[in-house]
Amino acid sequence: MNIDLIFKIAGIGIVVGILHTVLAKVGKEEYGYIVTLAGVVVVLTMVLTLISRLFDNVKTIFQLY
Amino acid sequence: MEILQIVGIGIVATILSVILRQQKPEFAIQVSIVTGLIIFIFVISKLNYVIEVLNNLAKRIDMDLIYFTTILKVIGVAYIAEFGSQIARDAGEGAIASKIELGGKILIMVLAVPVLTSLLDLIIKIIP
Repeated sequence: MNIDLIFKIAGIGIVVGILHTVLAKVGKEEYGYIVTLAGVVVVLTMVLTLISRLFDNVKTIFQLY
Repeated sequence: MEILQIVGIGIVATILSVILRQQKPEFAIQVSIVTGLIIFIFVISKLNYVIEVLNNLAKRIDMDLIYFTTILKVIGVAYIAEFGSQIARDAGEGAIASKIELGGKILIMVLAVPVLTSLLDLIIKIIP
């Protein structure tokens, strides 16, 4: 049970939030949205591996083939 | 004491999620998804043992194995559907959550059809 992923996602979220705020203050709103999108995609790739592991586990244990 | 670990993870993840929700709600949802996944993957190893015991019990009383596997499949489908619909509802998409639940119910009904037919067969056999 490794809970590193929770902290990783929270860290990425906080950093993206700060970057968004800074970019909005500078006047580059459009870059702020790109940063948010990139952060979401990176986090989603990390989450997807875990989701596929859960589905594999459920399939093997409950004999869903 | 595994329950302390689970509760600790839940509290930490809740705090992180609440912090993130004001700035970036999309990351808060990801945190809650990952927390659910980690807790379930942790618990499923314990569940494995219980299911093995039940399987042995079902073999010992010489029950038809198809009923037991059907029950297991229903539980698995129900859990996965519940997981998906909870995530969708957490993100504020009640309509998608209801659709996921509907899909889960229909798939469970499809899985339960063989049991229903065998029940009907039994009833027909009993009635002269």
